[in-house]
Amino acid sequence: MSEAKASPPGRIVAGALAPHPPHLVYAENPPQNEPVAECGWETLRWGYERLRRDLDALDYDVIVLLSPHWQTYIGTHILAHPRFESLSVDPIFPNLFRYHYQMDVDVELAEAIHGEAAKAGLVTKLMRNKDFRVDYGTIVSCHMTDPQWRTPIVALSSQRSHAYYSVEVMQQQSAALGRATRAAIEATGRRALLLSSNSLSHRHFVTESAVPEDMSKEHITNHNQYLWDMKVIQMMREGRTRELVDTMPEFTSQAITETDAGSLTWLMSAMDYPTTPGELYGYGTVIGTGNAIVGWTGSEK
Amino acid sequence: MSGGVIKGLIVPGLPQPLLVPEQNEGWGRIRAAFEAAREELLAAKPDVLLIYSVMWPSVIGHQIQADPNPKWVHVDELFHDLGSIPYDFKMDAEFAHAFKDAATARSLHARTVSYYGFPIDTGSVVALKLLTPNNEVPACIVSSNVYSDRAETVVLGKAAADAAKATGKRVVAVVVTTLSNRLFTDFIDPKDDRIHSPKDDEWNQKMLEFLEAGRLEDVAQLSREIHRQIRVSKVVNFKPMWWLSAALGQHNNYTGKVYDYAALYGTGAAVVSLTPSTSGVGDKEYDEEDVEVYAGNRNVLGGPEGGEVHAGPAPVKRVQAEAVEVGPIAPAAAASAAWSAVMSTDAAPKPVGAYPHARRVGDLLYLSGIGPRQPGTDAIPGGPIRGADGSPLDYDIRAQTRAVIENIRIILEAAGSSLEKVVDITVFLVDMDRDFKGYNEVYAETFEPIQATRTTVAVRALPTPIAVEFKVVALP
Repeated sequence: MSEAKASPPGRIVAGALAPHPPHLVYAENPPQNEPVAECGWETLRWGYERLRRDLDALDYDVIVLLSPHWQTYIGTHILAHPRFESLSVDPIFPNLFRYHYQMDVDVELAEAIHGEAAKAGLVTKLMRNKDFRVDYGTIVSCHMTDPQWRTPIVALSSQRSHAYYSVEVMQQQSAALGRATRAAIEATGRRALLLSSNSLSHRHFVTESAVPEDMSKEHITNHNQYLWDMKVIQMMREGRTRELVDTMPEFTSQAITETDAGSLTWLMSAMDYPTTPGELYGYGTVIGTGNAIVGWTGSEK
Repeated sequence: MSGGVIKGLIVPGLPQPLLVPEQNEGWGRIRAAFEAAREELLAAKPDVLLIYSVMWPSVIGHQIQADPNPKWVHVDELFHDLGSIPYDFKMDAEFAHAFKDAATARSLHARTVSYYGFPIDTGSVVALKLLTPNNEVPACIVSSNVYSDRAETVVLGKAAADAAKATGKRVVAVVVTTLSNRLFTDFIDPKDDRIHSPKDDEWNQKMLEFLEAGRLEDVAQLSREIHRQIRVSKVVNFKPMWWLSAALGQHNNYTGKVYDYAALYGTGAAVVSLTPSTSGVGDKEYDEEDVEVYAGNRNVLGGPEGGEVHAGPAPVKRVQAEAVEVGPIAPAAAASAAWSAVMSTDAAPKPVGAYPHARRVGDLLYLSGIGPRQPGTDAIPGGPIRGADGSPLDYDIRAQTRAVIENIRIILEAAGSSLEKVVDITVFLVDMDRDFKGYNEVYAETFEPIQATRTTVAVRALPTPIAVEFKVVALP
């Protein structure tokens, strides 16, 4: 940490809600993915394009994200091996997502977050097993944000405290983890992009169309979920992020959301609850779930 | 040799007994229990080890592992520090496909998966490594669907039994699950491991007492209560006993053996075997519907082409159906009736036996044999074919046929269907030579544009003095 003291103060350069449906990678046909599609989910993919365009104008040296698909029931775990290289096969949609990835990890920042979180009384563990297969949520959000994988990653697991305790406990722990993340970024002098890798409403369809990219079959699962999605998107668009977090328990339970992972609360806390309007880059449904891409790319502090 | 599910096993899926059994006395006992169960398993000479793992969640229906030789180096997402687990398994792809076919025949949404690198869950890896370390028995693995309820899970268990029969294979069904599943939420010294709470321990002991007495169906019927009492709501709820009991025949007649029980990081872990027996507790209370086919919320995409809804012939054997008297009923109400509802309406002639006018099973509506009698009066348009003394009478086959079709229309519409949705008709004539032409002409007036499949047969008699009866299958 002595080097960090000599460096310019670290900061969170930008943050984004960056959902991880593997369908987006599938529809894009990048060289890393094996299955081939002809189209699909364009509004979300074009939204990611615009997010990337805005991010390209920024100078950041690490992506820190929290994924709902690395589920750890004992504390928050953090990737802490320098490089992972493997094949990620989606356990739900193996027909869509078989992705070859190579990922560099910012181990120093991972260790710093681990230390700050421990100081805050959180249970954390570093993941140093080289054979570990990174979850597909992390990979999809990273790919959609940085398809060339130019930037090192720090990936945090989802500690499922809402399952053991309540959404409220999840909120408190995620907020504490957000503060610890920010402190570690500042202490290490990093310029970080933060990603909350989750959808909003998360009630899936339970059947699938014969052609996965058949957009005539795509819609929100039910109207209630759409209403909730629009409500919280409007909060983000107006910079009402404390209200968003205050509403999170009700939103999470009523709209069956993926925010139960704590990722969006973590992001808002790490960014100290931005009051600037979030930019809505896109909203669309994927197998019935509601997905929004929202960025705070001008919120430099 | 006839196939079937010959035995059930219940095993835990956490990796400690495989990777670090020496770190805790209880973990070592569970490891030894796996090894003892393996001996019993191999002595039964099974053809397939069929695993239902609560640690493999699925969203889109039920996924069945069909890669004949999956290889990988697996790392648990939580206990990654315990080490890597290389595996090289032998799977029975033929059985996997048979299981998928059996599941779809029962209207479940199912598919096989066979992709290099597909992530086999920790629980299945642990079970296979410890039960068949040298691939002594080929395996098959099925996922635990996040959204599936009891009905769907029971049907999936019955499909497993169907597959065993269809392939002629002797199958041992294995559920990978803990009993109570409450982990500690902080890291512990392995030597300090214990069941998380006395309440969890007491419920675990009660479950084991039942299982040792062979009362599997009783445990299955307690699943929701068990979930409420000692299960943390993780990705999937507590449903493995529904599946296992359905696969084994839904009864309480087993020889149960509890090999051991111990804590695994706070959870309750046990290795249990259940072998069907000719005797046992036997008493069971079916306080929930027994289900043969699934017809739940599977077609959310709308339209038969969109959802890959498999509505094949329904192998109905025993359905504890709810009788729904509908007379008359609104089509919308009928359409939303329970999938297994039986339907009768006052607007059609009263049945002459203990049967309903119609019964919906899955995505098909089956009508009982329908004749020309008029509702309320039992009068026969076109006249009866014989008098009260049995003497033959002249009658009008065309009028009888029109009346039959009208009665069918009434019943179909009362059930939310219509003549246009008829897909198959069997026609019974008592005098083929005399009546075929007239009946055939009237039939064509209605059914020529519908193009339902049809079979016409001659029968010696019908229960009432009528000349014609239709048996219809329609879409609801």
